[in-house]
Amino acid sequence: MSKYTEDDLREELKTKEYEYGFYTDIASDTIPVGLNEEVVRTISKKKGEPDWMTDWRLEAFKMWQGMTEPDWANVNYTKPDFQAISYYSAPNNKPKYNSLDEVDPELLATFEKLGISLDEQKKLSGVAMDVVVDSVSVATTFKKTLSEKGIIFCSISEAIQEHPELVKKYIGSVVPRTDNFYAALNSAVFSDGSFCYIPKGVRCPMELSTYFRINQAGTGQFERTLVIADQESYVSYLEGCTAPSRDENQLHAAVVELIALDDAEIKYSTVQNWFPGNAAGQGGVFNFVTKRGLCEKRAKISWTQVETGSAVTWKYPSCILKGDYSVGEFYSIAVTNNFQQADTGTKMIHLGKHTKSTIISKGISAGKSQNSYRGLVQISSRADHTRNFSQCDSLLMGNECGAHTFPYIEAKNNSAKIEHEATTSKIGEDQIFYCNQRGIATEKAIALIVNGFSKEVLNKLPMEFAVEAQKLLEISLEGSVG
Amino acid sequence: MELKEKLLSSFWGLDSSVEVAEHINDLRGDAIKVFEQYGFPSKKQEAWKYTSLNKIVNRDYVLEPKGDIAVDFNQVKKYFLHDLDSYAIVFIDGVYSAHLSQTTHDGMDICLLSAALTKPRFRAIIENYFNKAANSESMVSLNTAFASEGAFVYIPKHKSVEKPIQIIHFSTGNDSALLLQPRNLIIADENAHVQIIERYQSLSSHPVFTNVVTEIFGEKRSQIDYYKVQNDFEDASLIDHTFINQETESNCSVHTFSFGGKLIRNNLNFSQNGEHVESTLKGITIIGEKQHVDHSTLVNHNSPNCESHQDYKGIFGDQSTGVFNGRIIVDKLAQKTNAFQANNNILISDKATINTKPQLEIFADDVKCSHGCTVGQLDEDALFYMRTRGIPKKEAQALLTYAFANNVLETVKIPELKQRINKLIANKLGVNIGFNL
Repeated sequence: MSKYTEDDLREELKTKEYEYGFYTDIASDTIPVGLNEEVVRTISKKKGEPDWMTDWRLEAFKMWQGMTEPDWANVNYTKPDFQAISYYSAPNNKPKYNSLDEVDPELLATFEKLGISLDEQKKLSGVAMDVVVDSVSVATTFKKTLSEKGIIFCSISEAIQEHPELVKKYIGSVVPRTDNFYAALNSAVFSDGSFCYIPKGVRCPMELSTYFRINQAGTGQFERTLVIADQESYVSYLEGCTAPSRDENQLHAAVVELIALDDAEIKYSTVQNWFPGNAAGQGGVFNFVTKRGLCEKRAKISWTQVETGSAVTWKYPSCILKGDYSVGEFYSIAVTNNFQQADTGTKMIHLGKHTKSTIISKGISAGKSQNSYRGLVQISSRADHTRNFSQCDSLLMGNECGAHTFPYIEAKNNSAKIEHEATTSKIGEDQIFYCNQRGIATEKAIALIVNGFSKEVLNKLPMEFAVEAQKLLEISLEGSVG
Repeated sequence: MELKEKLLSSFWGLDSSVEVAEHINDLRGDAIKVFEQYGFPSKKQEAWKYTSLNKIVNRDYVLEPKGDIAVDFNQVKKYFLHDLDSYAIVFIDGVYSAHLSQTTHDGMDICLLSAALTKPRFRAIIENYFNKAANSESMVSLNTAFASEGAFVYIPKHKSVEKPIQIIHFSTGNDSALLLQPRNLIIADENAHVQIIERYQSLSSHPVFTNVVTEIFGEKRSQIDYYKVQNDFEDASLIDHTFINQETESNCSVHTFSFGGKLIRNNLNFSQNGEHVESTLKGITIIGEKQHVDHSTLVNHNSPNCESHQDYKGIFGDQSTGVFNGRIIVDKLAQKTNAFQANNNILISDKATINTKPQLEIFADDVKCSHGCTVGQLDEDALFYMRTRGIPKKEAQALLTYAFANNVLETVKIPELKQRINKLIANKLGVNIGFNL
């Protein structure tokens, strides 16, 4: 066998094309491009929303008009033209299906290609899927089992119809419409997303999961997710994404809001593998997402993410630790290759006493990519006895990529204990040598080291996702990780 | 009239009777245009996110002090390291004070920038070095536009200066509020060694605002130790910009001791332009009341095989605010870089604030870079242990604080200065520990 060196790996990384790049030809119901008040009204009308929702959207649109696009992130890209995007696209073959047989076979084939056929998911893993193709929920499974426990798991448009009191109370409560440019835009034009409510004292028996996909050329995707865990409940929520190859840049501006009431726990895991652009840096998805969770007393929110896709990623899953003794966690692996750029991290806002947060961030940069960690740990003056631990490690592969760390720490309380650590390194020649010496080929050795480097985060993923996450690391980095 | 307008009109009315080279005049003209365009920095700028100049800038300052103010040595003796044989360059309200200074032209030049700017024999040096390290940030440009006086040190090849040099800028407070803009230029030529202690000190409690730029050049194999002592009155504000350009195999360390003043902003920029360069940046900050100290460091690793070490300790009491903004940039070329950055803070009051942002920007793969930062308290167990052994609480706290700050002091190479700093720390902590640490 010929020797597999780091150079070979680098070469392979450069030439590796996006394996999931295909396009499903489904007739779509798309409204004309452009954005104005009328478009916002149309979206709302198409979805048959009540007046309060329409007004809420219109207000958001007005706020958005008064905002300018932020540019502080450590990323470079051509700003999207918001008038050249179609803000609504729904698969045509409505209404909803009761069984999988009724689903457009081509759509099913798409999922099969991704290795996540509904059948398989349903039978083997017991995961309830709220499948989102483009922007409308097509199939919801396992709804029955969930509803027996009183769990509401449906698309957000359905929730607006059927549980308006919950939506009205919580939407925009964690991510206000004025929060930032993209959150305002999302609030105005969001097409669909998931809604989940776990009643008091209920432990959700299965992992809830959604798949977001961007399918129609030139459609922006504006998802809105709202997860509410009532007192003493528990839910683990999974979100995964893949998107077909496109030459023009696509915009994705989602908003995810988590609310963990007293003693509740939410575990939110993401595997993101959108089209990162080709080896020349053309195309790819812009991923500008606002994710935030609110913890009441003794509640816990845990974010886990594996970011391998998107041309530009710009997201900071955050925790507001409002209640005393609440806990926030953030575990992240961000892999960038070719011309990908990622500026990601978290914010831990400690407001309550005895609050704790942990941040573990692993960045792997290859090719000509730029990978940044940007995080904020804020301790308010009333947050006594808070504790934070942050660790950011970067692994560089090749000398054309960059790894950056921008941790912000703002402490206003003298009983807080904060630690931050960051390291940057490459795969050591001595490490590879050691493996070689023990009869492990270089290819395997690199896989071993990358896997070990990411282990802390991979371990935090639910089983169903851990397998997929390893697959994604494989695709993003080389042929044999795992 | 706002300070910005006042400065601008003052610039155009500047006394042009002092002959300086054409290119210096051009530099000043360009610099004032930069300041005119950008003005004073605001909190909206990332680099000034945690430090607001509003309270300082919205004041009426005297820009051109009267000068020729005699100050008796006994009055200012305590600000000198008087038990130390040294060279001294002393300014009072921005004007050189001959009777307090001890300068030399014997084998090296320890004198005034105004002399260097005007005398023909310095022309080549000025052309080579003046404003070559400074950047064109707004506040730096403001200084460049008005730069005319300050310390000038030129150490020729293979010369090792046997005594430290003290650079002291006094302000008398005879004017109600004073704006000073000194400019220092330090050059250590090949294999030269020099130690410098720098201090800005007001002699009254009148407000003074100092916007200073210091450029330091370390040529091949040179060694520079620079110490900044900042322990000013409560209404004195300091914005310090220090730019250091280092060549192959040179070694430069800057220690900053910030114990007082209303607002202190230290911009410390290192640029490593040759291989095997070593840079050390260390600091101790102990403040209270409503004081504000901001350390903003930048190390540019431009060449391979270089090292940088940063270690900043902060102790914040009362309603004080500390800011640490450290940046390490490792260029694509700078393989085998070894960069380390640490920032440890203790908050001893529940109204004190610390904002820290240690940044790494790395473009080379074969590097060892790490940073760490902590915010915490003195170890309760250690305190308890010491008290069980009969050490009063206050002294025990002070001892632990000393221990916390000690590895910054370890690298101070002038014993007299180390003692002085120890005394200042003891003063600051309000204790008298009866032995030398």
